[in-house]
Amino acid sequence: MLYAFLCCHDEAIPNSWTKAEDEAVLTKRAKVTDKLAARGKLGPAVRLMPRTAATTVRMGRDPVVLDGPFAETKEALLGFYLIDCDSLEEAIDIAKDIGREEKVVFEIRPVKLYLPQGKAS
Amino acid sequence: MSDVAWIDSVLRSARPQAVGALVRYFRSLDQAEEAFQEACLRALKNWPINGPPRDPTAWLLMVGRNAGLDETRRRSKSTSLPADDQISDLGDTEADIAERLDNSHYRDDVLRLLFICCHPDLPAVQQIALALRIVSGLSVKEIARAFLVGESAMEQRITRAKSRVARADVPFETPGAIERAERLAAVAAMIYLVFNEGYSASGGDQHVRVPLCDEAIRLARLLLGLFASEPEIMGLTALLLLQHARTAARLDSDDEIIVLEDQDRRQWDRDMIAEGLALIEKAHRHRRPGPYQLQAAIAAVHARAPQAAATAWSEIDQLYGELERMQPSPVVTLNRAVAVSKVHGPAAALAMIEPLAEPLGGYFHFFGLRGGLLMQLGRANEARTAFDQAIALAHTPAEAAHIRRHLDRLIAESRPA
Repeated sequence: MLYAFLCCHDEAIPNSWTKAEDEAVLTKRAKVTDKLAARGKLGPAVRLMPRTAATTVRMGRDPVVLDGPFAETKEALLGFYLIDCDSLEEAIDIAKDIGREEKVVFEIRPVKLYLPQGKAS
Repeated sequence: MSDVAWIDSVLRSARPQAVGALVRYFRSLDQAEEAFQEACLRALKNWPINGPPRDPTAWLLMVGRNAGLDETRRRSKSTSLPADDQISDLGDTEADIAERLDNSHYRDDVLRLLFICCHPDLPAVQQIALALRIVSGLSVKEIARAFLVGESAMEQRITRAKSRVARADVPFETPGAIERAERLAAVAAMIYLVFNEGYSASGGDQHVRVPLCDEAIRLARLLLGLFASEPEIMGLTALLLLQHARTAARLDSDDEIIVLEDQDRRQWDRDMIAEGLALIEKAHRHRRPGPYQLQAAIAAVHARAPQAAATAWSEIDQLYGELERMQPSPVVTLNRAVAVSKVHGPAAALAMIEPLAEPLGGYFHFFGLRGGLLMQLGRANEARTAFDQAIALAHTPAEAAHIRRHLDRLIAESRPA
């Protein structure tokens, strides 16, 4: 089963890291994700730009285009991983491993449809 | 990341909202700062044991408010002055405060806090110092280091600035639309000042002070997060990101300035550029151009060019033309002249800047550009005079050294082969 690992956090915190602090977190995570990639379990991973760069399109009779993110929540979606896990149990273990020593929140969501190249396989 | 480091970054990022709300609550900068300080101390003691609260900002605000109230009561007892009116006044807002914890309500608090710092009576350096101290929470020592002055001198400046703004009458009611727009413009200008002070220092021997630039970007993002539909705030944030993206390429290993056309563009920060370009695109949709958006658009033309030779100078010329119309200033014209020299040649640019000799008679970059244009036109003696004037006006050793290299080249070229 493919699982999406949605990384959620108060955006102001990573925003206030220095470049060196930011890189330290990425390096630490890469130690885990590189191993997953070697085992062929890692799908695409995405880091999103800050929510200030977001635009929201709300559909209706006249679609409304709004600046900013869809939801004004404290914990924002900062990015996600797609990882092939044997079970939810394993997915939870992997999340704990990736997020070790961080305060990030992972929302783990089973993937229903996966179109790596934009077309159904 | 260790617990302490993590708590530190949480306190830093919660600070503008929490102090802003505490200022509204206590109506005093000093009291709000003390209360926040106390809340931070308790967080450092409490969070490692009990784990972090779900909403750290709300936690800090509640704890800070109660600590401040205790302090007020304690003082009123020990001085035996009846502070009843003050306490009952605070009581009235108590119910309100709990409901005002979401982002949309923080925004006027943060804006007010920033606005207090950019009081028009304060000289630019004091505005910057005050904002860094109060909003960003940098220590006096860090700010003193950024401005290369002694700690006690900086302490004095900040104290003076604080007493100045304490006497100023900043209304605490939720501002109306016009007032909010005015505050926003003043605050944007102040953030731009913070950035500029870091981007090209007005003194000292460090030409670029990265921490000030980083802090300005953080403040701009904070403001944009609160006012998500303001194209000029998008433009400001984009401008700062696009300029700061070049930092690693701007100085060589001897701390000498590398001009834009000689920079190694592979060292430019692609993430910052991408974010800057995305913000410009968003701002553009609003069809409400402004000076920050135009400056960001100019920076974007450079950012998009893979090599210096591929720069779309005629586009830059056109953008500066729009900026001149919107915000006429000799400095804008001077910058436009650089683009004109690339499109129409040095003679046209020189003719364009001649009338600026008077308003820019004390401006380093005027003489630097004038010397450069004269040099291109083969007028070596005049070029030398202009470069000498530029060196006399240089703010940092890096600026002076940069001009000196031009002079060396002139001297080398004038020697018979």
